[in-house]
Amino acid sequence: MENGAMKSNLYLYKKKIINLIMLSLSVLAAVISIIPLIFIIYYTVSKGISHLNIDFFIEMPKPVGEPGGGMANAIVGTLIMLGIGGSIGIPVGMSAGIYLSEFGKNKFGNVVRFFADVLSGVPSIVVGVVVYSLVVIPMKQFSALAGGIALGIIMIPTITRTTDEMIKIVPQSLRETALSLGIPKWKTTVSIVLKTAWKGIATGILLALSRAAGETAPLLFTALGNRFWSTSIGQPIASLTVYIYDYAKAPFEDWNNQAWTAALVLIILISILSLLFKIITRSRYNIKQ
Amino acid sequence: MEIKIAVKNLNAFYGKNKVLKNVSIDIPQNKVLAIIGPSGCGKSTFLRCLNRMHEVVGGTVQGSIMLDGEDITRKDPVLVRRRLGMIFQKPNPFPTMSIFDNVAAGLKYNGKTDKKETAEIVEKSLKQAALWDEVKDSLEQSGINLSGGQQQRLCIARTLAIQPEVILMDEPASALDPISTTKIEDLIFELKKNYTIVIVTHNMQQASRVSDFTAFLYMGELIEYDATKKIFTSPELKQTEDYVRGRFG
Ligand SMILES: Nc1ncnc2c1ncn2[C@@H]1O[C@H](COP(=O)(O)OP(=O)(O)OP(=O)(O)O)[C@@H](O)[C@H]1O
Ligand SMILES: [Mg+2]
Repeated sequence: MENGAMKSNLYLYKKKIINLIMLSLSVLAAVISIIPLIFIIYYTVSKGISHLNIDFFIEMPKPVGEPGGGMANAIVGTLIMLGIGGSIGIPVGMSAGIYLSEFGKNKFGNVVRFFADVLSGVPSIVVGVVVYSLVVIPMKQFSALAGGIALGIIMIPTITRTTDEMIKIVPQSLRETALSLGIPKWKTTVSIVLKTAWKGIATGILLALSRAAGETAPLLFTALGNRFWSTSIGQPIASLTVYIYDYAKAPFEDWNNQAWTAALVLIILISILSLLFKIITRSRYNIKQ
Repeated sequence: MEIKIAVKNLNAFYGKNKVLKNVSIDIPQNKVLAIIGPSGCGKSTFLRCLNRMHEVVGGTVQGSIMLDGEDITRKDPVLVRRRLGMIFQKPNPFPTMSIFDNVAAGLKYNGKTDKKETAEIVEKSLKQAALWDEVKDSLEQSGINLSGGQQQRLCIARTLAIQPEVILMDEPASALDPISTTKIEDLIFELKKNYTIVIVTHNMQQASRVSDFTAFLYMGELIEYDATKKIFTSPELKQTEDYVRGRFG
């Protein structure tokens, strides 16, 4: 009796220690995983904050030697190309994802899935080169359109795969319920299934947009860059990332600092994007589960 | 007594596996038919065949199912399902919708958009499902926060809103507590005045309480079909008697 009690005490004790060790390990892992992020934010803020003022958002770049100026054209350029990229990547990616999850349980579906996976592994610079030869050369012009198309193509696989996965985890019973109410299949998919999966899909879209916003290499071959103000999609256009690339390797300290500010602005832009998505996808109800 | 649904020589298959064998049964109008039988005997499959939901899970059928003289196996499944509503075992309100929108879902997505008419139908359906008094002040809240029994009545209201003629229930109370179960049973009693009801249940007491007729299925075959009283007091076959007395299955 006494022996048994002691044994079970020992057992509980052991379990407690194991729990403690596992907990500490996972806390440690979590801390390690956010350390790089903290460094990135710390450096970008401390180096970029000095040039961060209203001028940076509304002024054009100044020639070398002249202090001040901003990157209004690059901010607008990045937004325009994200807009073009999104209006290609979101509909194409989502349609492909819907197709895969609802009708893709066949050979063709597997082929599409395979290509989406391959495409997501293709280096973005390769996408840039391809768009260069398919869009820039025929148009005889670097352009915002070409840049947007490159970003759109880069966004497609992420959006396709998240849409596919998120729709797949919508319970089958939900589909059956909708169908049993005499709701046609396509309406069930669009109004019930997609609505339920929307939060997860939106996260995928956000991820794709943020990654596209940070792309540099494909833009060098497509949008090129522009020292001047342009909102024409048929003309070369500036972007924050290409400015960061140019300014960071320039031999002028002032430009180097502005590169940090551009990086900071890019991070702020992406944060605002995340916030907007959080607000859009906020659930109307506080669901207790 | 009018026949609402006449099932004739119904065979159902999942792939090559035959799970319903030559089932013929006349389902009377404005009555409650209980389907009983051991697990896996084909009760849910039978129910699903009646509103073409078997197709959704990969089933196929042979034979005919006449609803008011029309063979529903040859009609558009979407239209069939609007005439034969279905209640599932687990309450399943749409999680992203309010209570109101849940009840209105069938109307909305079937193209009925008149706001005033929709509101009227929603109120009427919730009243019919005996849920109105409990939710009338929280129609804009999520349906997920209701209790299991309330959720099931919400699902019944949602089905009633599409104004079906027949209601198919697959173990509608088996996931509920006794009080909620009683409420659902009372509801079935009320609903049969206006609807034809087919209910699958594992609970013999429930079958004898709520139904007018009972069909006993065993391994895909209809063994006995008669007035509920007869089935539970003096069935023709020993097999039926053993099952309703709980001696097997
Ligand atoms: N979607 C499906 N695909 C293949 N076989 C199925 C499917 N659904 C059911 N079956 C099989 O068909 C037979 C009848 O199943 P059904 O669900 O109709 O039984 P049931 O009487 O409702 O059982 P329970 O009382 O357990 O709900 C079973 O053998 C089952 O394994
Ligand atoms: Mg069943």
